[in-house]
Amino acid sequence: MLLQIHEPGETPLPHENEKGLAVGIDLGTTNSVVAISREQKVEVVRDARGSGLVPSVVAYPEEGGPLVGEIARRQILDRPEIVVSSIKRLMGRGVAELEGLGAKLPYELGPAAEGGMARLRIGGRLLTPVEISADILRAVKERAELALGRNVDRAVVTVPAYFDDAARTATRDAARLAGLEVLRLVAEPTAAALAYGLDSKSEGLYAVYDLGGGTFDFSLLRLEKGVFQVLATGGDAALGGDDFDQAVAARFLAERGGEITREETKQALVAARLAKECLSTQDSWDGTLMLDSGDSDHSLDRTALEALISPFVERTIRICAAVLEDAGVSAGDLGGVVLVGGSTRVPLVRERVAAFFGRPALADIDPDEVVAVGAALQAEALTAGSDTLLLDVLPLSLGLETMGGIVEKIVERNTPIPVARAQEFTTYQDGQDAMAIHVVQGEREMVDQCRSLARFVLDGIPPMVAGAARIRVTFSVDADGLLSVAARESTTGREAHVEVKPSYGLTEDEMAAMLRASIENAADDMERRLLTEARVEARRAVNALQAALAADADLLSADEVAAIETSVEAVERAMSGSDRHAIQGAAEELEHRTKTFAERRMDRGIRKALAGRNVAEIGG
Amino acid sequence: MNDMPRTPAADAAAAQAAALAACWSCRGPVDPASLFCATCKAVQPPAPLDHFTRLGLPRAFDVKVPVLEQLYFGFQRQLHPDRFAGAAPKARQISQSQAVAFNEAYETLKDPLARATYLLKISGVPIEGEGAHTIHDAGLLDEQMERREALFEATDIPAVEALAAAARADAKAATAAIAAAFARGDLAAARIETLRLKYLVKLGEEARGRRARLAQGGTA
Repeated sequence: MLLQIHEPGETPLPHENEKGLAVGIDLGTTNSVVAISREQKVEVVRDARGSGLVPSVVAYPEEGGPLVGEIARRQILDRPEIVVSSIKRLMGRGVAELEGLGAKLPYELGPAAEGGMARLRIGGRLLTPVEISADILRAVKERAELALGRNVDRAVVTVPAYFDDAARTATRDAARLAGLEVLRLVAEPTAAALAYGLDSKSEGLYAVYDLGGGTFDFSLLRLEKGVFQVLATGGDAALGGDDFDQAVAARFLAERGGEITREETKQALVAARLAKECLSTQDSWDGTLMLDSGDSDHSLDRTALEALISPFVERTIRICAAVLEDAGVSAGDLGGVVLVGGSTRVPLVRERVAAFFGRPALADIDPDEVVAVGAALQAEALTAGSDTLLLDVLPLSLGLETMGGIVEKIVERNTPIPVARAQEFTTYQDGQDAMAIHVVQGEREMVDQCRSLARFVLDGIPPMVAGAARIRVTFSVDADGLLSVAARESTTGREAHVEVKPSYGLTEDEMAAMLRASIENAADDMERRLLTEARVEARRAVNALQAALAADADLLSADEVAAIETSVEAVERAMSGSDRHAIQGAAEELEHRTKTFAERRMDRGIRKALAGRNVAEIGG
Repeated sequence: MNDMPRTPAADAAAAQAAALAACWSCRGPVDPASLFCATCKAVQPPAPLDHFTRLGLPRAFDVKVPVLEQLYFGFQRQLHPDRFAGAAPKARQISQSQAVAFNEAYETLKDPLARATYLLKISGVPIEGEGAHTIHDAGLLDEQMERREALFEATDIPAVEALAAAARADAKAATAAIAAAFARGDLAAARIETLRLKYLVKLGEEARGRRARLAQGGTA
């Protein structure tokens, strides 16, 4: 084996005892933020000018790698055709859905990827929303690494509570592409509540109103002695400040008249956003729209802005009312309402929220940073341990397509996660050996009104008469809100093969290819993860054995103890090296060497239990 | 014990007789109902327990929700996957199945209708499906049909709200009747009242939907 030479103080392979720092990342529609928590003190990573916000904007120049952040945003006015912004709105969306957005979408769609994921044509490249989001995450990761002076490869990444499975999967895939292991996907309002709750030690019912650039979430939580229990959540994954900008831009463009190119639309959106932001503090705005086809002057006052955006704000209020009703809670029961997201800076939003809830909302923590602060706290809780606990829910019901395109719900929305539900299916034809299953997410009764999540075929069903096979399909949603499916034929106990084809996701092959292309040392990255896993597993085996020895070492002769100790030393030696196979081999050898010990321990346990019972029986 | 032939089947039979399982991690004896191995502290898979037993509650309809919640939070604090983020893959997977089991128990016992339905099922008197009795239900069905008709004939929001309020009041009464029936051990009565509660909850949901549609029609 080749000697590996490292710089002093630089260890390429983290050992279990020096747990790497994990960061919290808010991957936002408009801006992304990264924060780090140490001993529950959170620091937002800032640039030289003190800004914690990285604009979620990527430019793809012909030469060199992608540019992310402010530098990319500045390109919108000069070279709009190479710039992508608000990509989060497209996460987990299918091509057909994007085509539906058509005119609103300032991008040209390319041919879809094999798994059905949409691709955009940007500066001569074909890119999926996952790859573009990965570029943002990579930039944010580098920012944190620069600030910390060390590698960052684990993170808690936040997602809108109302993100469905496809969008959550897309977010996790983007992080993987950026070389980040996602410790947990946390819902944005839940993260915000964590930031507030830990800060103020509050108890009771709280509502989080989170209006970002592209998504709206409303969550109702109970805070009690460090437990953050989400009771209900609602929202709209396509409603946010971008809609305000689009309404303002549409007004400016209508005032101008004439044909507008896709690039000019992007430029008009920049001006619209400036006007909107200005009107949060001023009563009126005047400006010039400088487009390729000529300049035009516009003015807007706050009343006019409010008339334009009021329909969107009212939509958010209706969602709040529905969630409260769902949970059987009235506004008066709440201990407080927390504002999250840059769009809650708009005065009309604050007024309407205060009016609906009958109290001014809390915005003590910067609404642009609060989500990243909560994510960082959760990252620390997951790596260093913590007394707090987040209990989240499934935001949208999961269902199956049945006869006639009707949805049969398997898991209702607002069910606590993780959750698993089994459903039994049978065959309807003699000898039938396969069955198609379509999983959807949403609240409507018809399949075509819900989001298609996955289709899969159960095959390998043993041939039987119609109705005799009993296929038990288990749908599991983990703590990240991600779905997985397992199937089993009950009469024969045979596992049926399940291949889940995401309706709008990346296939495993596509993901693997992207990983290879994006990380120069994708193989190293994978190998390093497997090595870490092998070490964690070997450490568990050694610890478990030591606990067993502490309890029952008297079951072994001195020679036997010595032999086991030799095996343990071999495992320890292997663990200090970086050969995964050597670690696994040594751990297997240890398991083999301790088989007799385990048997004797079981025997002793059984004898004790039976003796105890006999005494009890005699005594009784 | 020592005279028994050493075969895996014999080992398993002996372990079962002693109500012991082997810990997946240290392979020593462990009480199958325990959450953690007493020796090596590894998290153990969920035992096949009913929801009441799992949460440490007596098998009875009378559940105090704050008590239930404290128990549930206490178990999730120990077992939630967030507590096992850096653990070995097998431990992570087991913690998830434990969290699933406790979530299911909590969800079932928190809600009076789900709790009554479940308690009847494990008491051998399911409210529907195989083995369910269908006698005595006719009167109940007629009553509910009438109420649903009234709901769909209601053309304004106050009328729908009045029907919804009546349904809520009756649901409260049905819940009290379920509690009383279980308390005196009258499962047949508990079953009828649970069916009544089920219809009333459904009616309440339909009233909400109807109200929302009327509200939308009104503003459009």
